[in-house]
Amino acid sequence: MKKVSRRRFLVSTGVGGGVVLGAMYFGGCGIVKRKIAGYANTAESPYLGNTKTPLIWFEVMPNNQIIFSSSKVEMGQGVFTGLAQIAADELDVEMGQMEVRHAPSQTGNVDRFATGGSTSINSLWTPLRELAATMREMIKNHGAELMNVSVDKLSTNKGIVSGENQSMTYGDIASKVSEWKVPSTPSLRNIDQYKHIGKPIVRVDLEDKVKGAHIFGMDAVMPDMLFGSVVRSERVGAKYVDADISEAEKMPGVVKIVKEPDFVGVIATSYNAANNAKHKIKAQWDVDKVWQSSEIESMIEVGKGKPVVIQKNGQPNRFLGEQDEFISSEYRSPIGAHAQLEPNGAVAHVKDGKATIMMSTQVIKLTAGEVADRLGIKEKNVNIIPTFLGGGFGRRLHTPNAMEAAVMSRAVGRPVKCFFTRQEEFQNDYFRPPTHHILKAKLSAEGIIEALEHNVSSGDVMYGSPLVPNFAQPLIGSDIGAWRGGMVQYGAIPNYQAISWRVKLPFATSWWRSLGLLANTFAIESFMDELAILANANPADFRLRHIQKDKAGDRLKKVIEAAVEKSGYRDELLSNGRAMGIAASTDVNTPVCHVAEVSVENEQIKVHKVTCAIDVGLAINPDQIRAQCEGSIVMGISAAMYEEMKVVDSVLRPTIYGPYKMALMKDAPKEIEVVILENDEEPGGVGEPPLGPIGAAIANAAFRITGKRNRTMPLQT
Amino acid sequence: MKIQFNINGKAVSVDEDARTPLLWVVRDVLDLKGTKFGCGKAACGACTLHVNGEAVRSCSFPVEYAEGKEITTIEGLAKGDQLHPVQQAWMEEIVPQCGYCQPGFMMSTAALLDKIPNPTDQDIDDNIANICRCGTYYRMRKAIHRAAEIKNTPS
Repeated sequence: MKKVSRRRFLVSTGVGGGVVLGAMYFGGCGIVKRKIAGYANTAESPYLGNTKTPLIWFEVMPNNQIIFSSSKVEMGQGVFTGLAQIAADELDVEMGQMEVRHAPSQTGNVDRFATGGSTSINSLWTPLRELAATMREMIKNHGAELMNVSVDKLSTNKGIVSGENQSMTYGDIASKVSEWKVPSTPSLRNIDQYKHIGKPIVRVDLEDKVKGAHIFGMDAVMPDMLFGSVVRSERVGAKYVDADISEAEKMPGVVKIVKEPDFVGVIATSYNAANNAKHKIKAQWDVDKVWQSSEIESMIEVGKGKPVVIQKNGQPNRFLGEQDEFISSEYRSPIGAHAQLEPNGAVAHVKDGKATIMMSTQVIKLTAGEVADRLGIKEKNVNIIPTFLGGGFGRRLHTPNAMEAAVMSRAVGRPVKCFFTRQEEFQNDYFRPPTHHILKAKLSAEGIIEALEHNVSSGDVMYGSPLVPNFAQPLIGSDIGAWRGGMVQYGAIPNYQAISWRVKLPFATSWWRSLGLLANTFAIESFMDELAILANANPADFRLRHIQKDKAGDRLKKVIEAAVEKSGYRDELLSNGRAMGIAASTDVNTPVCHVAEVSVENEQIKVHKVTCAIDVGLAINPDQIRAQCEGSIVMGISAAMYEEMKVVDSVLRPTIYGPYKMALMKDAPKEIEVVILENDEEPGGVGEPPLGPIGAAIANAAFRITGKRNRTMPLQT
Repeated sequence: MKIQFNINGKAVSVDEDARTPLLWVVRDVLDLKGTKFGCGKAACGACTLHVNGEAVRSCSFPVEYAEGKEITTIEGLAKGDQLHPVQQAWMEEIVPQCGYCQPGFMMSTAALLDKIPNPTDQDIDDNIANICRCGTYYRMRKAIHRAAEIKNTPS
C-alpha cells in the first residue's frame, strides 16, 4: 500500500445514534513533491487527506442509511455519485442507502489540497475502498457477537449481516454497540466482484437538480442575514487607497459601510440596496500604468522571459539550430474567462471568535486558513460548510470572498451574504492566461519526424494559484500548469523537446479547466496536421507511426484507432462538403482522441459531430464519463471558437455574456459519440482530458475545406 | 409599493420598491431559491420563470409588472408529485451537471413546448438561448425532443 502509509481509526457515536467512522492519515514529508508529481502527465495523483484532525467518513444511521461525507466537492463532475459507488461496493450496501454530503471543515474529512485537476476519483480509489471495507468488517464482527454466531458463518449484503438463519441490519448493529473494535484493513475485492462500480448509475443529485431544490452558495441563508457588496476596481493592477463614503451612507437600506485597509464594502438590508449603495462609494485607487491588449500580446512571446526545458529526448538541437532548415509555425491563444454561472461569494457569520461560512469552494481547507488569518483566530474556529458549486472550472480555487464576507459580518455581528456581480466576475476573474507557441520540426524524405520542438510562452497557471506558494516554486522548477499538455506525446520521434517560457502578467491568471492542455494541444496537434500534410500522409496514420511501443503508447494508439473507426475518419472532403479533423492528447494518464466533422459557410465554422475515444483506465460510471466528455467538448468548442477577453485602457472586457461570446445551444454539435476504452489501470481523470484535442480537431477539419491554416484561437472571429 | 400576484398558484402580497427585479423578490422575499441569479442583465437566462405562461428573465423584470399576474417558478412546474414532462425528460436523459443553469433552461423549454408542441432542431436553436457552462446542450436537445414526446402522449 504505497499511497497511505499508516492510519488510525476513530470510532464514536454520532448524532442520532449513528456510528461514525473516521480515519487519520499521516502524510509525512514529501507532500509537496508528490503534489507536484500528481500533476505530471503520467504520474499517479496522491491522496492528500488531512493529517491532523480526526476525519469523519461514514455514519451508519439507525434506519440503515449510510451518510458519506465527501472530502471532494460536487461541481457538476459527478464525483458524489462516483465516490458513493466506490464506497457502496466495499460497504456492501445499495446505492439507495448512500447519502452523500459535503464534509464541513470542522468535522469532516477535509482535503488538504483541492477538488480539481481531474484527480478526485483516482486519488480516493484505494483509501476509500479500504475505509469502506474496514467499516463493513467491523460491523460484521460486532454483528457476530450480537447474534452469537461465528463471524466466518456471516455474510454481508444490502446493508444486512446474515447467516445461520439470523440477520441484523448495519443500523441495528450500530445502535447496539457501545465500544467498537477496529479490525485490520481487510483485503479488497477483485473488480469483477463489484456491483455498482462500472455501472451507469444515475447521478445521486439528479432529482433535486431537476426540481430546482439544490442549494448552491448563492442560495445559502442564515437567520437575520444582511447583504454585503465590496467595491472592486475594474482596472488592471489597481490598489485600493481610500474611499469617500458620505453619499453611500445616506442610501436607503444601508446598515454599515465597512472600511478596511485593503477594501471597502457596504452592508445593507437587501441585495439591491447593497449594490445601489456601492455605486455611490467613491473609491480611490493607485494605478501604475494604462495597459492595452497589444502590450500583453507582446509580453507573451516565446524567447522572452526565462526558459525551462521540461522534456528532452535525443538531440533536437542538432536538427533545429539556427543554421538548419526546418519547418516552423506559430500559434496563439487568448485570455479566457471562467464565466461559470454561479457568481462567487459567501455567507458568513462571525461571532464570539468563531466563523461559520457557507459557500461554493474548491479549496475548503485553504479558505478556512485565509479566514482564520484575517480574523486572527485559530483555524479550528472556522467552519467552512461547502455547498454545491454552480460550476468550478478552477475559478473557485480563489476564495478571498470568504474573508471579505467574514470581515463584514464581524463588523455588524450578524450574518452577511456577499457576492460578486457578473461584471465583477468578468473583470476581476483569475483568467486563463494567453499563450504563444513556436513549433519546429525536421521531416525526413520518408515522411518521418526526425526532430520536434514545442515552445510555449504563457502567463502563470499553477504559479498563479494559491495551491503553490512562492516557496514551493523553486521545487517545481517550472509552471507545470502552464505546460500541461505541452509535452510531446509521440515517443517514437528520435529527437524532441518541450520548452516553457514564463511570463508574469499584470493581472491575475490561474487555473481554467484543463489548465494549459487546451492551448498546448491546439498548437501541437495542429502542427502535427501540418506535418502530416507536408509528408503527404493521412493525419491519423501519421500520428500512429510516431507512437512509441510501450504502455502509454499503446493506450494512445488505441484511442486514435477507436476514434478513426467509430467516426469513419477520412482526410479528404466529404460528399456533403464537410470535412473531418483529428487530434489527440494525453492528460492525467488519460489519452483522448477527437474527430470533429465541420462545415464552413460564409467563413463560419460549424461543428456538426464530434467522435471522442477516451481510455479512462477503469470506468467507474460510464454515463458520467460520457457526460464529462460531452461537456468538455462543448466547453472546448466555446473556448476554441468564440471566447476572448481583451484589455482596453486597463479594463478587461467584455464583462457580460453575449459580448463575451460563448457556445450556445445552436453552436453545440448535434451528434456526440463517446467510445470508452478500459484497461486494467486504476481509474484515471475524466473531467479535463477531453478538452485537450477539440481546438485542433476543429482547426484541422476547417483547413481541409478552406485550405487556410488558422493558428489563432478563437478560430471564429 | 404593495404588489399582489399569484406565485405557483398561491396569492402573495409584497411591499417592495417598484423597480426591484422580480428575481430578488422571488428569491429573497418569497424564499424560492430555484430561480437563479446569473448576470442581472437578461443575458444568460438562469433566472427564467413564467409570467402568465411566458418565459421571462426575471433579473430584468421590475416587480411592479408582476401585479395581478400568474408567476410560475421551477418549484411550481411539477403538479404535486407529478413532474412536468420537461422535468421527466431531464431525468431520463440525466441532463444536469452542476445544475445551476438548469431551472432556467427547463422553464424556457416548458414555455417553448406550450407554443411549439413539436419543436424542430431549428426551433430549439432559435428559442433556447440560455447559457450552460458545463456544456450540457447535447443532452438538453435530446431531452427537449423527449419532453415534447411525453407531453404529446395522452396519459
